[in-house]
Amino acid sequence: MTLERCLLLAFALFAIGVYGALTRRHLVGLLISIELMLNAANINLAAFAHFRPGDATGGATFALFTIAVAACEMAAALSIVVAMYRRRRNLDLDKLRSLREPIEAEPGAGKAP
Amino acid sequence: MMSSILFYGLSTLLFAAALLVILSRNPIHSALWLVTAFFAVAGHYVLLNAQFLAAVHVIVYAGAIMVLFLFTIMLLNLNKETEPQHSLLVKLAGLVAGGMLLVVMVGALRRSSAETASDLATVHSGTVGLVETLGKVLFRDFLLPFELSSILFLAALVGAVVLGKKELGE
Repeated sequence: MTLERCLLLAFALFAIGVYGALTRRHLVGLLISIELMLNAANINLAAFAHFRPGDATGGATFALFTIAVAACEMAAALSIVVAMYRRRRNLDLDKLRSLREPIEAEPGAGKAP
Repeated sequence: MMSSILFYGLSTLLFAAALLVILSRNPIHSALWLVTAFFAVAGHYVLLNAQFLAAVHVIVYAGAIMVLFLFTIMLLNLNKETEPQHSLLVKLAGLVAGGMLLVVMVGALRRSSAETASDLATVHSGTVGLVETLGKVLFRDFLLPFELSSILFLAALVGAVVLGKKELGE
């Protein structure tokens, strides 16, 4: 194993995550794809710390902070998912567009198509 | 030699698990394949001499974040409904976008690795990823970011409670 192979693996993982984030229609599926991309970035950090000269503890330290921030992000994002489902009864990303265009009639809970 | 075999095995597992995460329709199957991918990533961390990072990764991702995902999916009863699919055109566009990104990154890697291939062979000793070394670094050099991340956790906790609470009059 060399640095180059580790980086290739991380790039492939990131590209799979990008494909998933662009094509999933479910809000939870989108978050899962984002997790894959964050893991690709963490593999890069650990690989550079392992194979490059210099301070080798930096990679693991920064990856630890990334994991902490990702955990916070997921907690907030999943509570947004729960609130959104309670309000709209729907987690289809193509239908959650109230930030982009005004809603004519506010669909109440349980009545949205 | 041994680490090379392990590397290729773990890479194959990670690749297959990531593809299954993306391609399976059921959100629960996606989340369970994501656990497999997380364990493969933890194996890579051990190979890269970051043992404490591997332990933290398994605890936080496979323990905490996966429980959050599965709890949300089951709480909202999403496991039965199959996900509505995009049209083929959107999938093709996503494939092209992801593939182009991959090509660009691999091309940049090829270009840069030709220049710096001489000093790529450095491998650090075995104690650098253990909790003793990392704890010293974390509590001496990175003390302020460490404490700030605890404030971030508190903010995320309060935010999750406020967002998840029932609104008044509902």
